[in-house]
Amino acid sequence: MALNKRKTPEVRADSQADIAFLLLIFFLVATTMNTDKGISRVLPPIPPEDVKVEDQKQKERNVLLVFVNGAGQLMVADETMDIRQLKDKAKEFVLNVNDDESLPEKEDEEIEMPDGSKWVYPVSKGVISLQTTRDTGYETYIMVQNELTRVFNEIREDVSMQKFGKPFSELDEAERKVVTTAVPQKISEAEPRKAIKK
Amino acid sequence: MKKSGDKKEVPAISTASLPDVIFMILFFFMVSTTMRDQEVLVRYKLPNATEVQKLEKKNLVSYIHIGVPVTHMQARYGTAPKIQLNDTYKTAKDIGDFIAAERDQLNESDRSQMTTSIKADKDTKMGIITDVKQELRRANALKISYAAIESEGY
Repeated sequence: MALNKRKTPEVRADSQADIAFLLLIFFLVATTMNTDKGISRVLPPIPPEDVKVEDQKQKERNVLLVFVNGAGQLMVADETMDIRQLKDKAKEFVLNVNDDESLPEKEDEEIEMPDGSKWVYPVSKGVISLQTTRDTGYETYIMVQNELTRVFNEIREDVSMQKFGKPFSELDEAERKVVTTAVPQKISEAEPRKAIKK
Repeated sequence: MKKSGDKKEVPAISTASLPDVIFMILFFFMVSTTMRDQEVLVRYKLPNATEVQKLEKKNLVSYIHIGVPVTHMQARYGTAPKIQLNDTYKTAKDIGDFIAAERDQLNESDRSQMTTSIKADKDTKMGIITDVKQELRRANALKISYAAIESEGY
């Protein structure tokens, strides 16, 4: 018995590399890298037909109109603008530090903190309305969307630092909810111009 | 003379660790990649953005690809941008059915979490994107994500 066992030849390992190579090549071909990243948005639901559009009209001071035309030019609140200026302009609009008459109103809102206490924060009522034409390039659109997202991300970062003393990314879910309630991402994606004028 | 004799005595490099190295690369790819679930029939180059977020739950995401048909399909379908749902070219009108089918595959509790990822070529015009968005609103699939490549800014 013992003699027999000793005689059993070792399993050859030289082909192991080839097998591993085969598996490797299979996975290289059949899989893709995980690159699913993007700018998240929530679309507005389609209003029921019996609700009149007039009801949803906002006060003029509460709306910042951002319009992108087919040539990729930007118009913000009736003046042309470079995309690099957009972020500061939008930030000024949303924050309205000096309670300017022409900038959006704020409404004090009681936000429930994770520890049960209440926190009153002046929530801006400003809405950024993004309009395009049908021949606006998608790339320009995404660049504008990106800038607008950055505005809200920066403000959230500031609020988070002030309130919780740590960056937004390190907050837990309850704290994050507080900050997002205080700084709601109000970007309205209207239908293209032509459809509205009809 | 002596030197060349020395050379002959240098042993061959041992290949015993080669399988281990290959296995390590294999495991890396197995962990960091996902299975290709559909053949993409449109060619698209995603736009760049800095404020991108990762899509959390992959099984709750349905994809809409928008772009120019790939070269071997151009003879039949032309070079105008097309919408691809599942494995075929569709029009914006089919999105309602597509979303309904995708929603049926999910658990009841997950349905509100469903996200639609729009993977569109950066040279696409907004007209086609807006049509898609309108159809998504009509289908009540309101959570969307504009797929983009993370960049360092400009």
